[in-house]
Amino acid sequence: MKYKSVFDIIGPVMIGPSSSHTAGAARIGRVARSLFGREPKWADISLYGSFAKTYKGHGTDVALVGGLLDFDTFDERIINALEIAKEKKMKIKFREEEAISDHPNTARIKLGDDLGELELVGISIGGGKIEITELNGFQLKLSGHHPAILVVHNDRFGAIASVSNILAKYELNIGQMDVSRKEKGQMALMTIEVDSMIDDAVIEELKSLPNITQVTRIVD
Amino acid sequence: MFRNVAELVELAESQNKKVSEIMIEQEMEVKQKTREDIMSFMDRNLEVMEQAVERGIQGVKSHSGLTGGDAVLLQKYIEKGQFLSGETILDAVSKAVATNEVNAAMGTICATPTAGSAGVVPGTLFAVKAKLNPTREEMIRFLFAAGAFGFVVANNASISGAAGGCQAEVGSAAGMAAAAIVEMAGGTPAQSAEAMAITLKNMLGLVCDPVAGLVEVPCVKRNAMGAANAMVAADMALAGVTSRIPCDEVIDAMFKIGQSMPTALKETAQGGLAATPTGRELEAKIFGIPLNKRG
Repeated sequence: MKYKSVFDIIGPVMIGPSSSHTAGAARIGRVARSLFGREPKWADISLYGSFAKTYKGHGTDVALVGGLLDFDTFDERIINALEIAKEKKMKIKFREEEAISDHPNTARIKLGDDLGELELVGISIGGGKIEITELNGFQLKLSGHHPAILVVHNDRFGAIASVSNILAKYELNIGQMDVSRKEKGQMALMTIEVDSMIDDAVIEELKSLPNITQVTRIVD
Repeated sequence: MFRNVAELVELAESQNKKVSEIMIEQEMEVKQKTREDIMSFMDRNLEVMEQAVERGIQGVKSHSGLTGGDAVLLQKYIEKGQFLSGETILDAVSKAVATNEVNAAMGTICATPTAGSAGVVPGTLFAVKAKLNPTREEMIRFLFAAGAFGFVVANNASISGAAGGCQAEVGSAAGMAAAAIVEMAGGTPAQSAEAMAITLKNMLGLVCDPVAGLVEVPCVKRNAMGAANAMVAADMALAGVTSRIPCDEVIDAMFKIGQSMPTALKETAQGGLAATPTGRELEAKIFGIPLNKRG
C-alpha cells in the first residue's frame, strides 16, 4: 500500500497551490539537499510530463528551489525562493524536457558546488508524497509501498552490519535491501525498505556510525 | 489494516465503532504513537483549515488575478436571505471556495486529499458545524472519517489529477466529505459508504484541465460543486438511499476511467477548458507565451 498514514490524506499543511506540484516538489528538492549534505551552489533541474507543462503556474519551480534551500512544505519563504536563491548566488537552471517519463510528475536535479556534485530523479505521486527513483546513476529499486531510507557510506568492512544492527535494535524488520557501489572501497549506497515507520532517533543513531556519510528518509 | 471500503465498514460495524475510530486506531498502530499525539496532530490540521476559511471569507486575490473574491460574494448573497438552494449548502460552497481561493493565492492550506481539492472537506465541515454543533473532538473525528475513505481511494485508485483526472482529486474529496458528514450527523458506517459511492459516481469522468496550468480555473468552482454534491449525497444516504454499485466498485471504475483518460486531460493544460480560445488567451496574457507554443 502506497499510503500508510491518514496524514498523507489529510495533510500536509503546505503553501498552495498544488500538493503534487508544490508540496511534492519542495520535498524532492529538500531530499536532494539533504543527500548533498549542504547548500548547493548551483542546480540544473529537468522537468518531465505534467511538471514540464505546468510548472510555472503551479509554483513547481519555486517549490523545488525552496526545497533546495531546506524549506519545509509549509514554509512561506517558498513563495520567494527564486529571489532568495539569487541573493545567495545559487545558480538555478530549468529545462522543460519533451521525453516521456514513467511518471507524469518527474524531476531530475543535478546540483553541486566546488566540492562535489549529486544527481537524483524524484517523482511526485500525489497528495505531497514522493519517491526517489535514481541517485547518482544508481537506479533505486523501491516498491514505494514501504518506508525507506537511503544510506550513503564508504565501502568498508562492517559498514552494512553496523546499520542492520541498529535497525534490529529498534525492531525494524528489513523487507528489502539493496547495496551498490561505483568502485571497490569508494562511495556506496544502501537502500533499505522496512516494514514500519522509521523514527528520527533511528536516523540520528545511523548517522553517528563510522563510515556512514549520509542517511535520508526517501519514502515516508 | 483495511484495504477497501467493505473491510472498513465491516471493521467498524463488527466492533460497534465509528469509522473515525477505526482510522484513529490504525494510525496509532502504524505510527506507534499515542491517541493524544494523533488527535493533536489532526487538531493542528483543523486549525490550518479554519484559518484558511477565515482568510478566504475576508477576500483574497491570486497572483494571476484569475480567482479570488467569490467566497465574499457568496457570503453576502447568503446574508440577503434570498437564496434558492439552501443555507447549509451555500455556506459549504462559500467555505470550499474560500479555502481554494487561499490555495490559489499561494496561502497556507491543508491538502485534503490534495491542495487543488483542499476546499471540499473543510467547506462542508464548517457549514454543518452550524447545524450539528459538534465538539472539537467531533470535528477532529470528521477529518479522520474523511481520511479513512480517502485512504482507500489513494491506495486503490488515485488522488492525483495528473494520474487520474479531477475525478481523483475533487471527486475523492467530495466522497470523503460526504462520508464524514454522514458520521457527524449520526449515520451508520454503511451509510457513509453509500454517501461516498453516490458522490463519486457523480464525479466520474471529470477531467483535469487547469487553464494556464494554474490551480484556479476551473478548480475553485469544482471545489464549490464538490461540496454541494457531498452535502446532497450525505442527505440521500441518511434518508436511506443506497448505491446500486458498491462503493469499492465505484472507486475501481474511477481508477480505470483515469487510466484510459488521455494525457491532454490530466493536468497538462493541453485540453478541455485550458484549450478553449479564452483559456489560451488567459494563458498567453499571464505567461506571455504565444498561443501556438503549447498543445
